[in-house]
Amino acid sequence: MDGNANDILGVTAQAEIIKKERKANNAWNKLKRNRTAMFGLIIICIMVFMVIFADVISPYDPNVIDLGNTYVKPGNMGHVFGTDEFGRDLLSRILYGSRISILVAVGATLVGGIIGLFLGLISGYAGGITDSIIMRVMDGMMAFPFVLLSILLMTILGSGVFNVILAIGISNVPIFARIVRGQVLVVKNEEYCNAVKILGASHTRLLFSHILPNSISPIIVQATLNVAGSIISEAALSFLGLGISQPTASWGNILRGGKDYLVTAPHIATISGFFILITVLGFNLLGDGIRDVLDPKMKK
Amino acid sequence: MSEKSILQIKNLSKNFKLRRSKLFEKPQELHALSNISIDIEEGETLGIIGESGCGKSTFGRCIVNLHRASYGEIIYNGTNIVNKKGSKLKELRKDIQMIFQDPYSSLDPRKTAGAAIEEPMKIHNISKGTDSINKVSSLMQEVGLDSQYIYRYPHEFSGGQRQRINIARALALNPKIMVCDEPVSALDVSVQAQVLNLLNELQRKHNLTLIFISHDLSVIKHVSDRIAIMYLGRIVELCRAEEVYNNPMHPYTQALLSAIPPESPFEKHQQIELKGEIPSPIGEQKGCSLSTRCPYVMDKCFAQTPELSEANEGHKVACFLY
Repeated sequence: MDGNANDILGVTAQAEIIKKERKANNAWNKLKRNRTAMFGLIIICIMVFMVIFADVISPYDPNVIDLGNTYVKPGNMGHVFGTDEFGRDLLSRILYGSRISILVAVGATLVGGIIGLFLGLISGYAGGITDSIIMRVMDGMMAFPFVLLSILLMTILGSGVFNVILAIGISNVPIFARIVRGQVLVVKNEEYCNAVKILGASHTRLLFSHILPNSISPIIVQATLNVAGSIISEAALSFLGLGISQPTASWGNILRGGKDYLVTAPHIATISGFFILITVLGFNLLGDGIRDVLDPKMKK
Repeated sequence: MSEKSILQIKNLSKNFKLRRSKLFEKPQELHALSNISIDIEEGETLGIIGESGCGKSTFGRCIVNLHRASYGEIIYNGTNIVNKKGSKLKELRKDIQMIFQDPYSSLDPRKTAGAAIEEPMKIHNISKGTDSINKVSSLMQEVGLDSQYIYRYPHEFSGGQRQRINIARALALNPKIMVCDEPVSALDVSVQAQVLNLLNELQRKHNLTLIFISHDLSVIKHVSDRIAIMYLGRIVELCRAEEVYNNPMHPYTQALLSAIPPESPFEKHQQIELKGEIPSPIGEQKGCSLSTRCPYVMDKCFAQTPELSEANEGHKVACFLY
């Protein structure tokens, strides 16, 4: 009886310890302890808030032209961020523009990341002819300058926000595919992959439960950088008249428009540039944090 | 020997194709294993010893189907397992497991100890939920790990503990045969003994058949019932463990044993030295693999390859001297 009671006590005590450890190791709790990542997350939350409530917060209609009040400096005449060359309220344009810019940036990264991840996994894992075919196609895509490739895709797809996302996303695919393939090639030759094979694991289990988690870090870093790049890419396409057409605001085309008045009205380019900067910073910080959390060797 | 054989290996060969260096050259072959035949008895520990590059690990990996043998048969339960695929192979995996040399790299760094041990049960749908957690903790206790470590990651363990996790993971499927590919060579000597004793204990408890690969003569002596000595992809001598040390017959075995330093400085010790290097396993192999270095070499040795044949009772040698 005595031994039994001790045994039960031992088991419950163990269970307590297990529970505690599990709680401490929970990914979300680890992320919460990471201050820079939380800062990034807060920035992204503010951006999402802007995206959702753009039409509620905006003091003016972003597309109404007021030629009597062009180049108003920030803070004057009821315009917090001033006005642009057509007298449109910059704050309202930034708010509405966030909808397009963040959607395009995140969307294009997701499209490029998911397709690239998939192709890279297949290519690296299968090897041989499959690998050669996929990678040669990727090399071919990489050989095209980005803008040319996007122009090609935009002419095929036609204009519109979703087509911009597709075009930028597809032109990002080769970068992801290469990174993923390189990682898979390294990881699949690790001894633990052999060990799992001997246990009888299927290809899908090996790929998604062992190879993918062990190759995710550089992919996350690339994805956060890609969010930044996609905002700029969208601006480039808009500038060429292929992306989001005027008068619809996006951060990219506000920045492009402001560039011509950098001397007379520097606030247009600087404010829109600042928002791009902050968004990119937010994604980068969060990305770094997620990468650290996913790596069990990082203690804090 | 009256014991029942569990695994019969017949004429097992493994060749690796080498990459061509010129466009129209005939691709060369590396003969990692040539014509290995051996019966492994149920419940025994077969030690396999040889210098690096002699094909011991390839042999182990062929048995667990990590490498596909080029020729020959491995017969388990009456069927040839060399060309098994899909669900039949998966079924077979339950019975034949392996422990690797490096305990750290054979564990996924992103999986906790518990998850690693649980994985085989998940793969084969053996148990779920709390049942599997209980099983994991009882396995951990069996291999001498505190079950409170269940949520720790491999990098938080010591080398010996990691190897225990590997052993627990292999045991989770209740295998009949366990291939141990130098399981202790990456560990400290003090920890080596612990892990070896653990393996011995588990073998008795689960009636395991161990195929124990090592390059360490003292380790092999400690664990094995029978010992096979490999040289350049062939088994040159096979006998009971004591016989190897008391009555080595093959010239290579004699040379190998004479390399053990004497225990006392006053002991008379004559080292047999094999001159020259191991011949290359690439290309066609002719004659006895030791013929270029053997002190007792005869003309016959260059032309023919000696087969592994019984010289004394239960003592097989591949040499023309006997």
